[in-house]
Amino acid sequence: MKVLMKGNEALAEAAVRAGCRYFFGYPITPQTEISEYLARRLPGAGGVFLQAESEVAAINMVYGAAGAGARVMTSSSGPGISLKQEGISYIAGAELPCVIVNIMRGGPGLGGIQPSQSDYFQATRGGGHGDYRLPVLAPSNVQELVDLTCLAFDLADEYRTPVLILGDGILGQMMEAVELPPVRAAAPEKTWATTGCRGRAKNVITSFFMDAADLERHNLRLQEKYRAISAREARGESYLTGDAGVLVVAFGSTARIAKAAVRAARAEGIAAGLFRPVTLWPFPAELLNRAALQAGAVLTVEMNYGQMVEDVRLALDCRLPVHFYGRGGGMVPGVGEIFREIVKLGGETRERCRVKPA
Amino acid sequence: MSAAVSSRPETLTGAPFHYCPGCTHGIIHRLVAEVVDELGLREKAVGVASVGCSVIAYNYLDMDMQQAAHGRAPAVATGIKRVLPDRLVFTYQGDGDLASIGLAETVHAAARGEKITVIFINNANYGMTGGQLAPTTLPGQVTSTSPGGRDVDKMGYPIRMMEMLATLDGPAYLARVSTHSPAQIAKTRRAVKRAFEAQMKGLGFSMVEILCTCPTNWGLKPVEAMKWLEENMLPYYPPGEYKVAEGV
Ligand SMILES: Cc1ncc(C[n+]2csc(CCOP(=O)(O)OP(=O)(O)O)c2C)c(N)n1
Ligand code: SF4
Repeated sequence: MKVLMKGNEALAEAAVRAGCRYFFGYPITPQTEISEYLARRLPGAGGVFLQAESEVAAINMVYGAAGAGARVMTSSSGPGISLKQEGISYIAGAELPCVIVNIMRGGPGLGGIQPSQSDYFQATRGGGHGDYRLPVLAPSNVQELVDLTCLAFDLADEYRTPVLILGDGILGQMMEAVELPPVRAAAPEKTWATTGCRGRAKNVITSFFMDAADLERHNLRLQEKYRAISAREARGESYLTGDAGVLVVAFGSTARIAKAAVRAARAEGIAAGLFRPVTLWPFPAELLNRAALQAGAVLTVEMNYGQMVEDVRLALDCRLPVHFYGRGGGMVPGVGEIFREIVKLGGETRERCRVKPA
Repeated sequence: MSAAVSSRPETLTGAPFHYCPGCTHGIIHRLVAEVVDELGLREKAVGVASVGCSVIAYNYLDMDMQQAAHGRAPAVATGIKRVLPDRLVFTYQGDGDLASIGLAETVHAAARGEKITVIFINNANYGMTGGQLAPTTLPGQVTSTSPGGRDVDKMGYPIRMMEMLATLDGPAYLARVSTHSPAQIAKTRRAVKRAFEAQMKGLGFSMVEILCTCPTNWGLKPVEAMKWLEENMLPYYPPGEYKVAEGV
């Protein structure tokens, strides 16, 4: 049975159903409903909601709780996610599973509270220090907020890694009908967790290796894990790409708007299609290449000034001209604007890549 | 101390300490291990090591442990304790870690009455990074970043954590103790035990501030360092129990 829910609340309910019983956060628009919902929901489910003194504290509480073997989540938006970067690096280094949500708003600095996608670089390039990668899931509707939240917890446990859900203010605030998953049993048992060493040797959770050779070995093991994630977990969605001469690439809320523009272009006789990365890291390069088989030009649309477009160019290895259209600061690109960009490219044919500044 | 030194507590791994000669970190590790043994809590304990000379405390304490980012140990301990409320959860932190970069985490864990114990090593400087000014460095004290001595006009005054935290309702047990004599070390052991007991009774936050030496960075021989502590730190940081809630 479908229920009508606001994106942020649907995400929060999905987390509980996925077995998350611990949430540590700090209020910030436009994600505060996640905290507020869990403040009401978790105590009754035998869990803990705790409003931390800062995002720095919140992410370190997540570290402790994850290390104690729990399914745990925190959520924030740009400024708070920036504060969490140190903790995310430690969590990645210590190989702890957890879910982090960034409902993006415009930046830099305090920026604004309107929707944005300007934290793509921070999310996919590793905002914290050290050689780590962060699986990043990018939902584009409320149902996907629910489904990808459940997936995020499973990936986190399977690979012992933090997983980021990268949404935006439009998604968090919009209401849609969703199918909620059944409530799952408690988190899977974790033999490495620090729970007290009764009947076993002690467990230690650390990201510290004093010896360079030990730290290199640790890093090589992490890299192997990241290769496995890259090989297995890349996800993307293609729409009308079979014969698409103009391929639009967009993620999250922007992909929904781009889809409407693609439909409008089709109505005008332009063979447009849409490719939507669902995982931003690993970037679905192979799927994108398949979607671009017939394309003569690619148009990347983002709510920023050109971030994912770099991954699109890398994935296509400069075989196609990759154009960019973006709005920022909380302004949302309209269907008409994207449609006009598609029309401009409608006649363009396959040619050598001209790398243009985004 | 003779009886206590003769046998190794079960909670110590036996790995040789990497601390400098005369450093009091080793003594405190041993006291913590002894108290954990005495209370029979080794298999129910989760310790949190911080960033400082004691960063690898988990190599010495034979119990489950997590290593926390600089200053964040009380937040990490909070996360652990909320998931495992019946375990003994404690942090082991230096003064730079606790009173400078991690001041917010310390004060808020105390204010929440978080049922964790903080073992606070006050050696009046940053040991691990080579003896820089700490929030606990005494007025006039020479460090590598206060080469002319701490000038309170420019560098401000030391922070007295016990006195500050005693104003809060969250803490159940707060005590400042020292390591400059066997009698003081015995008192330190008792304070650690009371702090752990307060936690296990669910009474609230507990913290033991331990005045310690850092002979290496103070540029003193171990015995001189003990004397320096007694003559200089004790007057500024008076030992005593600053908060003892009912039931402790
Ligand atoms: C975020 C961050 N900043 C700085 C450091 C470098 N650092 C390592 S230990 C330390 C000071 C430790 O001093 P203290 O907490 O007093 O402990 P002690 O070494 O004296 O026992 C610093 C500044 C770090 N590891 N992380
Ligand atoms: S530097 Fe100071 S605190 Fe660190 S081990 Fe040496 S004496 Fe102890």
